[in-house]
Amino acid sequence: MNVTQTDNEVSRLRWQCRRGMLELDALLGDFVEQHYMQLDEHEKEVFKEVLSFPDQLLFDYFFGNGKSIDKDVNNVIERIRYAVTPEA
Amino acid sequence: MNIAKRKFDVLVIGAGGGGLRSSLQLSQAEAKVAVVSKVFPTRSHTVAAQGGMNAALANVSPDNWHWHMFDTVKGSDYLGDQDAIEYMCRAASHLVYELEHQGVPFSRLENGKIYQRPFGGQSQNFGGEQAARTCAAADRTGHAILHSLYQQNIRAKTHFFDEFFAIDLIRADDGMILGALVLEIETGEPLIIEAKTTLLATGGVGQLFRTNTNARINTGDGLGMALRAGIPLEDMEFFQFHPTGIAGRGMLITEGARGEGGFLVNKDGERFMERYAPHAKDLASRDVVSRAISTEVREGRGCGENSDHVMLKLDHLGKEVLAKRLPGISSMVKTFLGIDPAEQSIPVFPTAHYTMGGIPTNKVGQVVVPVEQGEESVQGLYAVGECACVSVHGANRLGGNSLLDIVVFGRAAGNHIIDFLKDNRYHRPLEEQGLDMAMERLARWDKKGQGETVANIKYELQSIMEEYCGVFRTQDVLDKGLEKVLEIEQRMADVRLQDHSKTFNTARIEALELENLVDLAIATVASAAKRHESRGAHSRIDYPDRDDARWLKHSLYYKKENHIEYKPVRLKAMTVDTFPPKERVY
Ligand SMILES: Cc1cc2nc3c(=O)[nH]c(=O)nc-3n(C[C@H](O)[C@H](O)[C@H](O)COP(=O)(O)OP(=O)(O)OC[C@H]3O[C@@H](n4cnc5c(N)ncnc54)[C@H](O)[C@@H]3O)c2cc1C
Repeated sequence: MNVTQTDNEVSRLRWQCRRGMLELDALLGDFVEQHYMQLDEHEKEVFKEVLSFPDQLLFDYFFGNGKSIDKDVNNVIERIRYAVTPEA
Repeated sequence: MNIAKRKFDVLVIGAGGGGLRSSLQLSQAEAKVAVVSKVFPTRSHTVAAQGGMNAALANVSPDNWHWHMFDTVKGSDYLGDQDAIEYMCRAASHLVYELEHQGVPFSRLENGKIYQRPFGGQSQNFGGEQAARTCAAADRTGHAILHSLYQQNIRAKTHFFDEFFAIDLIRADDGMILGALVLEIETGEPLIIEAKTTLLATGGVGQLFRTNTNARINTGDGLGMALRAGIPLEDMEFFQFHPTGIAGRGMLITEGARGEGGFLVNKDGERFMERYAPHAKDLASRDVVSRAISTEVREGRGCGENSDHVMLKLDHLGKEVLAKRLPGISSMVKTFLGIDPAEQSIPVFPTAHYTMGGIPTNKVGQVVVPVEQGEESVQGLYAVGECACVSVHGANRLGGNSLLDIVVFGRAAGNHIIDFLKDNRYHRPLEEQGLDMAMERLARWDKKGQGETVANIKYELQSIMEEYCGVFRTQDVLDKGLEKVLEIEQRMADVRLQDHSKTFNTARIEALELENLVDLAIATVASAAKRHESRGAHSRIDYPDRDDARWLKHSLYYKKENHIEYKPVRLKAMTVDTFPPKERVY
């Protein structure tokens, strides 16, 4: 993938990370800027799938009792969460 | 000009609850409706409203719409227009049942009736015991409303332009609004949408302040568009700070947490709200609680290394109650702070939350401007929701009244537009010069070279607003704030984009949003500096009292020369007696 393609991809994703809730903006928006490029190709695909979920479902995955039946999705969710959680 | 054009009966800008409730009404009446949204509709900020929606159903405590009206008038610190408030409170129960039929799964009591929780500022019998008036679909009321309305709109064949950014209104020489210029974010191509009526439903402007509870999309674009079309903004000095945002981060801890028994403590462990609101305590109105927290911090009783916040105690409620009644809060706090609220208190501080001011409208959603004798409507333009100022929230909004506001006035505007369309069957020819301003705005961002960055200016602007236009205000501080935001306005000319690509150029969108934020910052500080009293969310140390003799009036800010004028509050209700201004005690 050349540089412009990557830029385009991140630009597109950046807008997909604009959500209706501050919590999701903070998780997804910051992740896409700082960590997305470090994902492997498969994880990148899963991340894009995660972005297609409705806000409330994402909120449940991050903060509620909801868990996806897809363990790859759960892994990506945990990676995103891990990236923002400060040490207690 | 060679720009693609589309024609509709109605253009709705914004796909939150307000926009979608209007478009549904219109599509069901067979009007040809376009809804433009900069993000996918169900990602609108309405999805974040977890607490619920007020209606005097009397399922949990005795209640009626007249008590709800009293609370709303009192909550507004008597700046709300009482005709609009009566209209809203009377309509509330009907709208809840209507939403229920549209598929919103409201939580139930054991007897099968809709569950209602107590929220701040709710009373029985005109200021008596706490009422429980907020109807909730668990902790996802906004989501449930937004999704049901979206599904219904799809069924009714509303036409959606998803991920299109509205730049400016198209205005004829005589002031009539003929549609808007929008930008397709994916391709970067502009598009003209012509309409017989345009409705703004673009939400609030929480992004004015560095620490806020709002989604990043809340940049007040519709308010900016109105200002540039020569329309004034009403009561912009009234910005609600939610008392319990996570300190420094902004994430909101719902009032429901205090409704379920949580309370605030200062560094001495004192439950200080007992001193400020002996009766309602932690459930007093938002402005009262926000001011109390700020006072504790200012007087040195704040917590933490910098004594810059207070603590919200929930640990005494126990893990089970937290999990059952307030799901989400624990893991949200764990994620962003790394602590467990069942064991430790949460650091909180008043956080910018809700825009009470906005585009002046009457109770059917028509945008109104002053003329010599009273006011007149702007032809072809409506506004509803958080971007509008009806005004039902006056100087301070009560929790749960905003979801109500958006559906009540969304529906009312829809109905009024249907009547308007019956008498106005044809489009007015578009005057191309009405587009010049919008095209210039777009072209401006094609300038290349070195300059300041959007991100830096935005951060500075938000920090200035937080420091100079926060919970406590004085003349000196506000005057300095105004100077500083005017400087920022000057510096905007030197901002350059580094990315000039067409597809998904989010940098360009963020620049256009920033232009709106700058205009709105000026509107907010200028209006605040002029109002020499304390009322609701506008709290002045140098003018600590409400001054009804001089200030029981709405401010109207015009972009041209930053001019401010005033109009009277509509004290006369529709059918019941006026609630005359009284001292507000909780
Ligand atoms: C965290 C939080 C919790 C809340 N909880 C409650 C609650 O429990 N009860 C309650 O009553 N109220 C609550 N509120 C307030 C309430 O959610 C909002 O006031 C309300 O949802 C606003 O709805 P709206 O339809 O006016 O706008 P929004 O839902 O904000 O929608 C705005 C729409 O405009 C579109 N838009 C904006 N600019 C442009 C542009 N330039 N071009 C194209 N489209 C554009 C957006 O894409 C979006 O579709 C809460 C607010 C917050 C921040």
